[in-house]
Amino acid sequence: MLKIKTDKLNELYSRIAESEALYLPINKANAANYDEWTSEAEVSLTTLKTVKSPKDLFFPQTQDMMRFKTEGKNISIIDVRSPEQPFVLMGVKACDFKAFEVLDRVFLSDPVDTYYKAKRDAGTIVTLACGKPEESCFCKVFGIDATSPMGDVTTWICGDELFWQPNTEKGKALTERVKDLFAEGDDAAVKEQQQKTKEIIEKLPFSNLDLSYFEENGVNDIFNRPEWQDLSEGCLACGTCTFVCPTCQCFDVKDYKTNKGVIRYRCWDSCMYSDFTQMSHGNNRTTQMQRYRQRFMHKLKYYPENNDGLYSCVGCGRCVNKCPQRLNIVKVAKTLGGKK
Amino acid sequence: MNTESLIPVVGVITDVRRDTPDVKTFRVVTPDGKKPFDHLPGQCAMVSIPGVGESMFSITSSPTNTEFMEFSIKKCGCVTEVIHSLEVGQQITVRGPYGRNFPVEEDLKGKDLVFVAGGIGLAPLRSVINYVRHYRNNYGKVAIVYGARSSADLVDIEEIKNEWMNEKDFDVYLTIDREEAEWDKHVGFVPSYVKEVGLNPNATALLCGPPIMIKFTLQALLELGFKKEKVYTTLELKMKCGVGKCGRCNVGSKYVCKDGPVFRMDEIDELTGEY
Repeated sequence: MLKIKTDKLNELYSRIAESEALYLPINKANAANYDEWTSEAEVSLTTLKTVKSPKDLFFPQTQDMMRFKTEGKNISIIDVRSPEQPFVLMGVKACDFKAFEVLDRVFLSDPVDTYYKAKRDAGTIVTLACGKPEESCFCKVFGIDATSPMGDVTTWICGDELFWQPNTEKGKALTERVKDLFAEGDDAAVKEQQQKTKEIIEKLPFSNLDLSYFEENGVNDIFNRPEWQDLSEGCLACGTCTFVCPTCQCFDVKDYKTNKGVIRYRCWDSCMYSDFTQMSHGNNRTTQMQRYRQRFMHKLKYYPENNDGLYSCVGCGRCVNKCPQRLNIVKVAKTLGGKK
Repeated sequence: MNTESLIPVVGVITDVRRDTPDVKTFRVVTPDGKKPFDHLPGQCAMVSIPGVGESMFSITSSPTNTEFMEFSIKKCGCVTEVIHSLEVGQQITVRGPYGRNFPVEEDLKGKDLVFVAGGIGLAPLRSVINYVRHYRNNYGKVAIVYGARSSADLVDIEEIKNEWMNEKDFDVYLTIDREEAEWDKHVGFVPSYVKEVGLNPNATALLCGPPIMIKFTLQALLELGFKKEKVYTTLELKMKCGVGKCGRCNVGSKYVCKDGPVFRMDEIDELTGEY
């Protein structure tokens, strides 16, 4: 294991950024988000929950897909993509890293989404173990160990040192380029921190959330529970939960006209919106209850059915913190599956 | 499957046929005159007009037609409104094929077949019917019950009268909702007509049409002794990608774009009902 003093991290960032763009949590206007590092950036590596998850780097909020040029009755289709440049994504927490597996199963399954794959291939992911999980965290429910995330490289911050452990070929290649900034270290401090963090996790209020109800009951039994009505009553349909969620992957495809032709792009969409399923001849989800139910049924039942039992939730807790009405997946799981 | 699954190919409209006051059938080839891609009966394609939008349509031509592809499109929304204004020679884009087809080479083979369609619901079934005609010896007797609001709303009526009605072991039953002066065939709704024409309940049935027609026709077929395991229909929901990734056309854990649009009635019974 390698280690570096945290007051030397700017040198590390600067070295990485010499050859590849570096993205990590950066504070701007009192909010931390994954953004490109510059020497002026106010890095906040240990921010537990960036406002948006790092899914943006692989599945951007908006992404141009192609351009159409129209001449008279003729159309030509122009690929607008340039080759993805390699980049490094640093400071990814265990929950957000697990979310990439959830997204991979959607975008990398046949037929492969080449837009997503190109960015995925270009990225090297450096994860950071959590030292101070918060009350809204519940990754343990999904079998995630916040103290030893995977990724191409795993890092831990203990006291005034950052520990660095490469895991993959990509991670080793990155390590080669920065190695001289590090000193050799043993894992005693890491082990100690892991132990302490695990003790905190055990005491978090949602850590022992019971999801067995969703495993033991059929789709229709859960779908038809009358509680959905009360659960969704306060939903404002703002879509905040879907935009801050690291696993929400629904997108829209839209065209806009420019003076260089029509750009077809995709953008995040939300199943919370009334026009999400609106067709010219009807809509199969006309009430907010139905839309609300769709989101949680997808995360806790439909997605696991299609993906070997993997949940489409990683317990990051962003929705717990951000929903203006305090509605969230924990409330759903407790209400439907809770001990009566 | 095309690995660039969201990128379409250019298609040229080579023929436009007005079927009914609100349905037109468009014939499409690639700019070099070929069929855009192969498909199976019941599969769909994304058709788009850049700057207007992209929508999913069933491919109404039979896979046995190797020259071109046809789409019968009802004018009912933003995209179809513009599609209806297109003329021969206009280029559009197409991508596909998408979804699960009718099992023409599996469950349907060697069986007597009953087709029941209402209005534009004939579009996906036409592909199967012409496939069955092409491989006529592989299938048993065929009965087609087709209804529309009025005689003017029957899609593909020329092909039905001139070709299907003359096909060996093809019984074609047409009906319209209300009396018309020149109409010498049945008058009445499809669900009640299917009970009158003497269908073989051991046949495999394929239904397409408005949801209300499907609902009551299925009831009628079950009363006649048809089995849900031998009745097929199609579902239609909002789609953007066509490959099960944009997350919008699901009914429970099934995506209509890739697990459908063709479903058996017993499979539909298992779904959440949100369609």
